[in-house]
Amino acid sequence: MAGFDKVVSSYEEAMAGLEDNMTIVSGGFGLCGIAENLIAEIKRKGTKGLTMVSNNCGVDDFGLGVLLPNRQIKKIVASYVGENAEFERQMMSGELEVELTPQGTLAEKMRAGGAGIPAFFTATGYGTPVAEGKEEREFNGRHYILEEAIIGDFAIVKAWKADRYGNLVFRKTARNFNPLAATAGKITVVEVEEIVEPGELDPDQIHTPGIYVNRLIQGTFEKRIEQRTVRSSAE
Amino acid sequence: MALTREQLAQRVAQELQDGYYVNLGIGIPTLVANYVPKGMEVMLQSENGLLGMGQFPTEEEIDADLINAGKQTVTMATGASVFDSAESFAMIRGGHVDLTVLGAFEVDVNGNIASYMIPGKLIKGMGGAMDLVAGADNIIVTMTHASKHGVSKLLPHCTLPLTGKGCIKKVLTDLAFIEIKDGEFHLLERAPGVSVEEIVQLTAGKLVIPQHVPEMIL
Repeated sequence: MAGFDKVVSSYEEAMAGLEDNMTIVSGGFGLCGIAENLIAEIKRKGTKGLTMVSNNCGVDDFGLGVLLPNRQIKKIVASYVGENAEFERQMMSGELEVELTPQGTLAEKMRAGGAGIPAFFTATGYGTPVAEGKEEREFNGRHYILEEAIIGDFAIVKAWKADRYGNLVFRKTARNFNPLAATAGKITVVEVEEIVEPGELDPDQIHTPGIYVNRLIQGTFEKRIEQRTVRSSAE
Repeated sequence: MALTREQLAQRVAQELQDGYYVNLGIGIPTLVANYVPKGMEVMLQSENGLLGMGQFPTEEEIDADLINAGKQTVTMATGASVFDSAESFAMIRGGHVDLTVLGAFEVDVNGNIASYMIPGKLIKGMGGAMDLVAGADNIIVTMTHASKHGVSKLLPHCTLPLTGKGCIKKVLTDLAFIEIKDGEFHLLERAPGVSVEEIVQLTAGKLVIPQHVPEMIL
């Protein structure tokens, strides 16, 4: 690697330095826009005691769900965890700690973490179990709770295209939490479908500037679909 | 007769206005999209990061990178835009969405809503529901009026963990359209063929009944 070139040559190198009990911030919504191969590498490494910050936790055999059978995840911070039998079992038995966080609050926690903002007030969750133990303030007659930002030791991100400098372009709703996660990692690792040379991406069209990206790798993706819904061509 | 799921969606659709940006929750709310009145333009917001959600794709159009908040494959309508989750919830929290429709387990006379968790039973998470109820001004809750065993879901106080506090003003059930104000339920309309007595019987929270309660027109 030289200069701004962020490209690494193996998944092992991409996740080098990940240790037990670290926090990982992850992009993705359901199985859409997830860093499939980086997750597979975490499974291969067998790193344990992880705190995962991710909107969801995958399904039993795909996404972050693959880290559950070997008990690699100690705690998950997520907004919705409903699609996974092993997850439910570990949660009910107390093996897995779950911190349910409203989706917008989760996104903002990542954004704030990446932007150097330690905490923010939001109306979301006021008067609900989410507010327990949190500072409350009133602004202009409305109630707000204080939510703290999140920074991960690592962030794992899936983008569509990148140049070698780590400038990223996402595709459709696979963008979701990925640009936010990208800002919130001490080490941000990104996998993409295609890497091009610097200058080939239009600077006006870049979603995430390369400054946030530490390591970049090109992969191939299964892109599994969770709910395949179709209409007939005749409609 | 209690309203069917389709009829609930039909009645909600009457609340739409031309040029509205609308967020529809999973379940009955999703069906509202099928009843947008002809000639009216409505743009659907999907909180995973899509404004201008289109219909389901054909087999040929399926794209794993294009889903809605229910994780279903969808398409984009003309004039759609995509964005990240923080942007999506900035729209929601900043009050930019004109109408939000979502389901619930319980609502009460103080506008509290419980919709995401049944302790010991169902723990899946709130997704974007807490953001939606806290951020939106114009919310319609769609739900059944009572459980299968006849236990009211319109209560003096919610019994389940809250999704939001004091944020619900309109509830459409299979029996009635109800407004919440001043710590009371106010009966606005009844489902076709449903009597006021039936509604009273299945409403546990204080219900104010005007002299004339019109039947819904579907």
